[in-house]
Amino acid sequence: MGSLSLKNIRKSFGNVEVIKGIDLDVKEGELVIFVGPSGCGKSTLLRIIAGLETETSGTIEIDGNTVNGQSPSMRGISMVFQTYALYPHLTVRDNMSLGLKQAKRPKDLIKKRVDFASAMLSLDDYLERRPAELSGGQRQRVAIGRAIVRQPKLFLFDEPLSNLDAALRVNTRLEIASLHRQLSATMVYVTHDQTEAMTLADRIVVLNNGVIEQVGTPMELYNKPKNKFVAGFIGSPQMNFIPASCLEMSDAETVGIRPENITFDGAKADLTGKVSHIEQLGGDTNIYADCGEAGLICIRLFGQHEAEVDSTISLHFDRDKMFKFDKDGNTIN
Amino acid sequence: MSVDIKTTARSQVTFRAIAAHAILITYTLIALFPVFVIVINSFKSRKAIFREPLSVPTPETFSLKGYETVLKQGDFVLYFQNSLVVTVASLTMVLLFGAMAAFALSEYRFRGNLLTGLYLAIGIMIPIRLGTVAILEMMVASGLVNTLTALILVYTAQGLPLAIFILTEFMQGISDDLKNAGRIDGLSEYTIFGVLVLPLIRPALATVAVFTMIPIWNDLWFPLILAPAEETKTITLGAQVFIGQFVTDWNAVLASLSLAIIPVLVLYLIFSRQLIKGITAGAVK
Repeated sequence: MGSLSLKNIRKSFGNVEVIKGIDLDVKEGELVIFVGPSGCGKSTLLRIIAGLETETSGTIEIDGNTVNGQSPSMRGISMVFQTYALYPHLTVRDNMSLGLKQAKRPKDLIKKRVDFASAMLSLDDYLERRPAELSGGQRQRVAIGRAIVRQPKLFLFDEPLSNLDAALRVNTRLEIASLHRQLSATMVYVTHDQTEAMTLADRIVVLNNGVIEQVGTPMELYNKPKNKFVAGFIGSPQMNFIPASCLEMSDAETVGIRPENITFDGAKADLTGKVSHIEQLGGDTNIYADCGEAGLICIRLFGQHEAEVDSTISLHFDRDKMFKFDKDGNTIN
Repeated sequence: MSVDIKTTARSQVTFRAIAAHAILITYTLIALFPVFVIVINSFKSRKAIFREPLSVPTPETFSLKGYETVLKQGDFVLYFQNSLVVTVASLTMVLLFGAMAAFALSEYRFRGNLLTGLYLAIGIMIPIRLGTVAILEMMVASGLVNTLTALILVYTAQGLPLAIFILTEFMQGISDDLKNAGRIDGLSEYTIFGVLVLPLIRPALATVAVFTMIPIWNDLWFPLILAPAEETKTITLGAQVFIGQFVTDWNAVLASLSLAIIPVLVLYLIFSRQLIKGITAGAVK
């Protein structure tokens, strides 16, 4: 198992710079997730680490060795793709063992590793099948198995759950989490889904427009976002941003408050608004209120609540859990 | 009421199906008619061919004279062999080089990629026969006149533009992830091309094969100019032996043409099976 270190990685396609100088250290055994909106460069960065894309400048070190210019197969990595990318003409067993066969490893070792991976992912019954005869979830497990068999220094996941339906996504997410615990492997994982990032990651790297906005544990990012972008990206439903002038606060440009930190309290109303929509999820209730100049504000209440659409409500903000941002969107402490 | 609507709808569907089939069957009949006439007449005596060209052979008019002439003339097997060698060799080269060029054009970003693709596609628009004189001069200079190699080279050049154009389009549709998975597993670019990509574009290869094969098999122009010698004659050129300035042995001409259909039909059947086979289903979602 290995560490990963990126130093000032840059990547341009023609005149367009998509990665603008990334520095990052991933410790041994850590699961780091790159998260960001589409087009932020997270997949490109992963492909640069894999060696599928060449960096314009910068150094990549895996396990202390510089791997710039090395072919993907020499870097000691495995990758799981969004589209599974299984070899259609090979059985599950052959799919998993191709990499080792290519490296001319002994047959009994290959068999041992395939059996280990298939037991771990409960693929024993499918070893002789072809990818076309498997369901989506099974295919993704085979793809993960193919990655495990290589015993890489570094696992790379490129949005592995995006092609699965919601229920399977949760199951496979749990599987990846337990895999990480069992193998204590170093993993880099790319997703655009902040829930996936929050639930799986040891550390999250938030990327935007080719630069790192913030690196930290899920709770660090949730509790102490460095700027408005991170604050808005982490947490669901999204943080509400209100112009500070609406709350008569002069020391900030914008104020952020998470939906779960707003309560109804007529006596100490910070804002009043008209209910425009209610989402009842059973466990909690999201109420959207139109607060005029302050915009549409989402309130998340735990448990089941009723509210009339178009009725007027008073909102009270938990002052300790408010975030203040300056003109450039940076957090004011 | 609702029953009425249903029956109307159903009869409309039936009507459409019948109309579509009628059009297709008519077209098939028109397309097959000349072939049919050639084949039936090849089994008739010379007099019967001229008396009633459209009637099928009866016991009185049945004759294998044409086939006897063709097969007795010993060279005919050689002509067949020449045609087959030229067609199969050219086809193999067109498919192999076409697919390789298409892979390079679709897979790699390099300076001049677009220009190279355009240059290779221009050949679709310019008929190779315009260059006949230059080709002949080149063949004379390189001493390839009256060899099958000359024909194979010309037909490969003739088939490549369309092959590259069609295959590039298809290869662009193949998932990058699959190729990248191969790279991570340590497969060489040649293995990725041969083992991962080629099987996935089999339907396209079959299409290109059919389009390339038929003009080569039927060509009279280049065999006549580049390889008219007895030992390098192709079947189409060979059949001309029976067409004289004053006397034409129609039995033999029709028999040789009927025989010439068979190999190309067999090749077509092989490729069309590949066309239909959908082995790629479910490989990449």
